[in-house]
Order: sequence, then C-alpha cells, then structure tokens
Amino acid sequence: MLSSIGKPAAAIALAIAMISIVLIALGASPVGVFVALYEGAFGNWIAFTDSLVKATPLIFAGLAISVAFSAALWNIGADGQLVIGAIAAGAVGPFLGAMPRPIAIAIILLSGAMGGAFWGGICGWLRARRDTNEVISSIMLNFIAAQILSWTVHGPLMEASRAYPQSMPIASSAEMYMFMAPTRLNLGMLLALMLAVAIYLFLFRSEVGFQLRAMGKNRRAANFFRIPIASLTIWTLALSGALAGLGGAVQISAINHRLYEKVSPGWGFEAIAVALVARLNPIGIVIAAIFFGALDNGSQAMQRAEGVSPVLVQVIQAMVILILLAFDTSAWENLRDTFSRRPIAPVRASEIADA
Amino acid sequence: MLEAFLTSAIAMATPILLAALGELLVEESGIINIGIEGAMLSGAFFALSGVYFTGSVALGLLCGIAAAIAINAMLGVLVINLAVNQVVAGTALDIFAAGITGVFYRKFFGITGKAFIVTPLHPIAIGSLAQIPLLGPMLFDQTPLVYLAFATVPIIAWMIHRTRYGLRLRAAGERPIAADALGLGVYALRWQALIASGVLTGLAGAFLTVAYANTFVENISAGRGFVALAVVILGRWNPWGLAAASILFGAAMALQFGLQALGTAIPYQLFLALPYALTLIVLATVGGQANAPSSLGEPYTRG
Repeated sequence: MLSSIGKPAAAIALAIAMISIVLIALGASPVGVFVALYEGAFGNWIAFTDSLVKATPLIFAGLAISVAFSAALWNIGADGQLVIGAIAAGAVGPFLGAMPRPIAIAIILLSGAMGGAFWGGICGWLRARRDTNEVISSIMLNFIAAQILSWTVHGPLMEASRAYPQSMPIASSAEMYMFMAPTRLNLGMLLALMLAVAIYLFLFRSEVGFQLRAMGKNRRAANFFRIPIASLTIWTLALSGALAGLGGAVQISAINHRLYEKVSPGWGFEAIAVALVARLNPIGIVIAAIFFGALDNGSQAMQRAEGVSPVLVQVIQAMVILILLAFDTSAWENLRDTFSRRPIAPVRASEIADA
Repeated sequence: MLEAFLTSAIAMATPILLAALGELLVEESGIINIGIEGAMLSGAFFALSGVYFTGSVALGLLCGIAAAIAINAMLGVLVINLAVNQVVAGTALDIFAAGITGVFYRKFFGITGKAFIVTPLHPIAIGSLAQIPLLGPMLFDQTPLVYLAFATVPIIAWMIHRTRYGLRLRAAGERPIAADALGLGVYALRWQALIASGVLTGLAGAFLTVAYANTFVENISAGRGFVALAVVILGRWNPWGLAAASILFGAAMALQFGLQALGTAIPYQLFLALPYALTLIVLATVGGQANAPSSLGEPYTRG
C-alpha cells in the first residue's frame, strides 16, 4: 500500500525537480511557477471548484483507460471516443425540450455513452475478429472522430443562423443539475465518483472483472481457461469507449451546452497519465484526475504571473508517466548487464519452445 | 490547377514518407514507435530554431535531426533497456514533445511577438526535366528534401531485404531471442534502428517548418507521425508500398486544400478522414498483422 502511493508521489516529486531545471534554463523562477500553479488551482473557492470541474472529464476518460489497460488492450482512442460521445450528446440535446429534466439528462448521457461504446467497440471488433492492433485502429479512429466533429459543426448540426461553426444549444431540460452557484460544480462530478466506485467493484469484485484482468495478465492462459477472450475484448473496449463517451456527454450537458470544434483539449491522452499515476486503480484515478485537473486549471494563472506557456503542464504530465514507467520496470538489472557486458546467459529450452 | 495539385501532393507526401521510412526501420527491429509524432514535432521546431539562430539551413537540419534522435533515445532507454510498454512510453513522449516545443516556442517567440520566419528551402529544378508539362514541376522542381525522401526508398528496400545487416535487423524484430542466441546483439540493432529512424524523422519534421511552412505553430506536425504509422501498415512494411501509401495521404491532404479553395459541396473533411478510414478498411479486410514483424511491440529482455 505504501509503495502504491509512494512511487507516484516520488515520480511527481522527481518530475517537479527536473522541470525546475528546465524552468531555470528558460530563465523562469521555479518557485514562482509552482506557487502560481497552486494559487490558480486552489487559491480560492472558485479556483478550487473549477479544478474539480476540470477533473471531471479526466475521471471518465481515466476510467476508460483503466478498464482497457487492465485487460492489456492499449486503447489510445479515448479522445476520439469522448468526441463521438460529445457529438451524440450535441446531436440529441437540442430535441429534448419536451422531456422532464431527469429523463432529458438521462437520454443525453446515454446517447454519449452509446456513441463512445460504438467507437470503442469498432476497435474491439477489429482486434477480436480481424487481428488488428487496437493501438493503430484507435489512433485512426481519433482522426476520423475529429473530422466527423469538424464536419457536423460546419454541416448538419450547424446552428440555424450559420454564424459560427457550432451546434444549436441543447434544450435547457438537458442541462446538468448545477450546485452551489456561482461555481460550476455539477452532478457530473458526483456521477464520475459513483462510476469510479462501480468500476472498482466491477474490476476487483466481479467474475467478468476477474476474467478481464486475467486476460490482461496472459491472453493465452486466459484462453486456455475458457475465458471468452474474443467477446471479452469487444465488450471491454466498448465499455472503455462508453466511459469516455459519457465524459464527453457530461461536458456538453454541464459546461459547453452545445457542440463546437475542440471539444477535447486532449483529455483522452491526458487520461493515460491519470490512469498510470493511479496504477489503473479506479479510486486512485479520482485523486490523480483532480491533481491533473488542478494543473490544467492553474496553468492559466501561471501564464499570467510568470509568462510560461500553459503547455508546461503537458511536460509535467509526460515526465510523470516516463518516470513512473522507468520506476515500475523490473528491468534495472538488464540495464546493468548492458553496461557491464556480461556474457549472455544460455537460452533455456523452455524459452525456445515458447518463442 | 492539376499541375499545382500534383506538385502539392508530392510535397505533402514527403514528410509522411520520411517519417514512415523511419518508423519502418524501428518496426523491423521489433519496436513500435508511437512517439514518432513527438520526434517529428521536435524535429520541426528545433530545425526551424536552428535555421533562425544560425542562419544556415544545413545546421538547422542537423538541429532537427538531433532533436528527433534525442526523443528516440529517451524511447530507447525505456523500451530497449528498461523493457517498458512501448505504446505507453511512446504516447508519453508525444505529450512531452508537444509540451516542450510549446514551452520553448512561447519563451522565444510568443511574448515578444517576434516573427519566427526563415528563408524557405527553395525548390531546385533538375535541368530541362522540370519543363515537362504536368509531371515536370511535380517530380523535378521540388525542394532537395523531396528528392532525398524518394531516393531513400530504394536504398532502404535494398538494405532491409538484400543485405546481411537487414537480415539481422529483421531477425531482431521477428525472433529476438533467436537473434540474441546467434550473438546478433538485439539491443544494439534496435538502438541503431532508433537512431537511423531519428535522422529520417527529424528531416520529416524539418521539412514541415524549413521547406513548407517556413514558420512554426504549436503542434505543426498535426498527426502526421500517426499517419506514418498507418502508412507503414497500409504499405505492408514494404518501402515501395510506403511510398505509394504516402502519396495517397499526400494527395488527400492536397485535395482538401483544393476543395476548400473551390468551395465545392463535398465536405472537405471527408477527404481528410478518407485515408484513415481506408487504413481501417485495409486492416479489417486484408488482416492487420500480415507482414508485420512477429515480435513487434513486445518488450524483449535478454535472458
């Protein structure tokens, strides 16, 4: 337990140390930058609640990554799945005016989840039935999703006045319940928290969750134990897509209220950092998402105060992933071997049979 | 009109082809480099910075190459020596490169509003060949990087399939354990592939800034590194196939600009999405992994 918190904490500390060096090289003050980041993220009540709001899509996308990566399905397409979910929500949203609010909200969220599930399911089907690497297919689908988004807001979903490339606003009945105005806290955050618990129970307490993780550890062995890896692959990636798509729908329902280009600033990729820092643990993902959401939120204040580009946050995210990867490997001995040029151990017969 | 389109298609295909050839080399050695997008972006930024600060195109290209090699070296330490997951490490490097180029760009050029523009790399017409109608400007009146990219195709095809070194490289990607047992040095082969790939990827990025846009905007590579990944699959790991697939993507990009200028009823997004959709269809019909190195993407730890 200690190491599961200790390692990410140490990775973040090391990332901060290395970024301080970069900042000094750039002529900026590391202390000033980190103080500005903190002030922007947690400095007052509005800033703090906005950090939580910015964490919300990261929780959804992080859970999407967690489910897929736990099954060793490398879904790089959470961003596209989130975008398709947002498109579905934006397409349905304007037509829900006649519905009672809870039903309208349920429909808009369900549309998003189904859109994302479809997009993720394509990767799953290609992997299970067509032996196609999900990494490549999910990257391709990210691009296709981005083009569909661009086309819909310039074309079929464009607002009636044709003034801007954006959709009609969603019906007010489909707008998420908001709490504690003037903050932007909303039901979406609570939904994300509940889903995190649900996904935790699914992965670690359910039969299917066990099968999913078993498949992630060893696909061949899982097959041997009669785990239906083909259908499990499809459903895992569909679930992963549904979670990301739900994140997109929540963003439309709670914050954007309409569809426009640049729905996602790259949440699907940032979510990989979130999920890895949390070591794929759904509960940990909530904490990691708040950390990264706070970084995003603080970055604007940092730019104003220190003149450092907000994309510095991406450097921090990447460093945390890279350092965690390096920490988490059992291959340090190999590195030592490489430099000491010890003779290579003879290959065992079992390994040859395996290869 | 057609002439301009064809010329533009070949120019747009060039950075994709250079990156795809680089990706091919590392994939033959058994590594899938998702970080190629980041290496390309770094190459683009640092090549332009090099030209801007030194005034020399050659030094600028070297800066771009060095930056791409640096990104590839980070990947190498992680995926070769530490045997971590290649997809995750590559994705992290994409994020890293997007961040670090953005931070440096805004530091040097964002606040002062200084123009970050260099004299472009000029097309070099090859004698009277450039006068041939239609084909001349497309094939014989391009920047040197275009000639270099297409000249590299037969060289890499020969190297991979006709030389002893190519055989070793492919052994590292097909059966690393067997290659190591024969004393071929899988780690060394993979490192060499990553560095050679860095040269090509750096040039691919440099093309975008030094030969094409003559300036830098954040995320100028705009997914072309990922396109290169698709091109390697679409081209069936064959350098000639890569060239054909690169031209296809280049043509789609050129067509998009043409259509936007013409204002036709066909949504230009369709042409932008088409190559990706085509890649997916090819993957789904022909099967994804045929011709792929058997151990592609699997971390290898020497026993």
